[in-house]
Amino acid sequence: MPFLQLQGVEKFFGSLRAIKGVNLTIEKGEFIVFVGPSGCGKSTLLRMIAGLTEIDGGSLQLDGRDITRLPSSKRDLAMVFQSYALYPHMSVYDNMSFALRLANVDKSVIKDKVMRAAEILNLVNYLQRTPRELSGGQRQRVAIGRAIVRAPKVFLFDEPLSNLDAALRGQTRVEIAKLHRELGATTIYVTHDQVEAMTLADRVVVLRDGAIEQVGSPLALYDQPANQFVAQFIGTPQMNVVDTSALPTLRQVVGATTILDGFIGVRPENVLVKPVGTAPLTGQVELIESLGADTLIYAQVRDGNGPGAQIVARQNTRTALRPGDTVALDIVPSSFHLFNRQGQAIALRP
Amino acid sequence: MKSLILIIRTVAAWVITLLIVFPLIWLCMTAFKTELQAISVPPKMFFVPTLENFHEVQARSDYLLYAKNSLITSLASTLLGLALAAPAAYSMAFFRSERTRGILMWMLSTKMMPAVGALVPVYVMAQTSHLLDSLSALIVVFTLSNLPIMVWMLYSGFKDIPADILEAARMDGAGVWGEFRHVIRPLAMGTLASTGLLCLVLSWNEAFWSLNLTAAKAGTLAALIASYSSPEGLFWAKLSAASLLAIAPIVVFGWFSQKQLVQGLTFGAVK
Repeated sequence: MPFLQLQGVEKFFGSLRAIKGVNLTIEKGEFIVFVGPSGCGKSTLLRMIAGLTEIDGGSLQLDGRDITRLPSSKRDLAMVFQSYALYPHMSVYDNMSFALRLANVDKSVIKDKVMRAAEILNLVNYLQRTPRELSGGQRQRVAIGRAIVRAPKVFLFDEPLSNLDAALRGQTRVEIAKLHRELGATTIYVTHDQVEAMTLADRVVVLRDGAIEQVGSPLALYDQPANQFVAQFIGTPQMNVVDTSALPTLRQVVGATTILDGFIGVRPENVLVKPVGTAPLTGQVELIESLGADTLIYAQVRDGNGPGAQIVARQNTRTALRPGDTVALDIVPSSFHLFNRQGQAIALRP
Repeated sequence: MKSLILIIRTVAAWVITLLIVFPLIWLCMTAFKTELQAISVPPKMFFVPTLENFHEVQARSDYLLYAKNSLITSLASTLLGLALAAPAAYSMAFFRSERTRGILMWMLSTKMMPAVGALVPVYVMAQTSHLLDSLSALIVVFTLSNLPIMVWMLYSGFKDIPADILEAARMDGAGVWGEFRHVIRPLAMGTLASTGLLCLVLSWNEAFWSLNLTAAKAGTLAALIASYSSPEGLFWAKLSAASLLAIAPIVVFGWFSQKQLVQGLTFGAVK
């Protein structure tokens, strides 16, 4: 039996159907990441699970109990907010112990739990401070601490790292992953950052316009995207998706002659840059981005029969090419994806 | 040149201040004169002060009863007002709907109507419910007439509290009352205090309703002052003594709480 189950969950803002009948089951101990572009409804969906936004249709079950209409305070979930939302008038200790104090837990038990969380999160020396006296990273750890002392049924994270600088974000991401491994708690994590999604998740839920596009493990999404949206949302730089009519030669290169009309997708690392004349596609280099370990080569590829397309190649060797040079491009065999006109993936082999 | 401007400015400030404070100073002086000294022309600036007027005021009209009525009506209407305004402000600040703005404006607009416009209906209501000359009637009327301002002040104070923090409290297991007690009350203590203080002062000074709805039993200090004017002929010294007794408590109170009061009155003005 699933631990958390969403059945046909809907949300309307006025006449706008913001969440369009979402079905999702989450197992105990899973780390689920909701990812998608701004406005896709991922935060709304999280808030609906939290009980902060009312559910207009469908049902929500937690651990065998229907909690669709239950107020947040009775759901036994903990949430870490983007803004941290610490109680500014309370010390770190009081912030972390607030939920337990409300629940009339014994004082010595509270102290034990807070101290243990403080040790895990490296906050022991800050317990008497107020949030104002802490750095952003420390505040974030207090917010996480406030959630873990309660040992809730599910942890909810709403873009918890987006207010941190890049270095701290990476570090905290690793800490959250470690924490989840240690506690084994069921977690739902909302982010627009696909690196966070790929590195933290057991399963990623990709959302667009209030509906689920695909659910799967990070690598399953990367390797077998269900549609063009997922294919291009996951992976940086994004997958090259070329209209077959713009570049007819590409169809022959990948051997997908059976599809007449649609899109061909190739990940940048599967595009090989070769000397002119040694590969079927030719193009002109427009831009080169040298990232150190990787080099990205943007080439405008032309075709006698079509308008052409821009293709990005990613290689882990450096290049002597310059913008304006002519190159030949090849595709790693069977590394491509096919999408029909509606953007749905087409199975490569029957 | 610069010092000249400074001198002019200082003199002007003193003149204006004296103009404003003069009636009060005159009131204080008259309260300690005999009736004869009070009406003497030219006015006496130097005289032997007497407490006779205060004795007479207490003896003739039981100052303490009026003071007690003022205290009870102000405190009760303040507490009742806070109890009604806080939930209203809470819902408007944190559960905004498209009509919130309109409701707030409508509430404020009731303050634009002259109170006398509602005199007859309120009087008749008090009469038919046998509440004329009762403290309860005054408490209800004071509360309702202060309510719009209280809701506004609390609303603008509550709005400064990030909604996230309340949501965090909800996630931590706090119900509505828990949210208010543990989060809103400590964070909005300044707003709550200054709203309460202002309401206390307004109720204490309220004259219109207490003159019209009360007589001897439930009269407040405002009614006491009024009783020393026309009906018994003009007794300047006693009128002054009564006025001084009426305003003294609230002036002293205002002096000690001026910081909160100013904060309350300028809410939203600087932010």
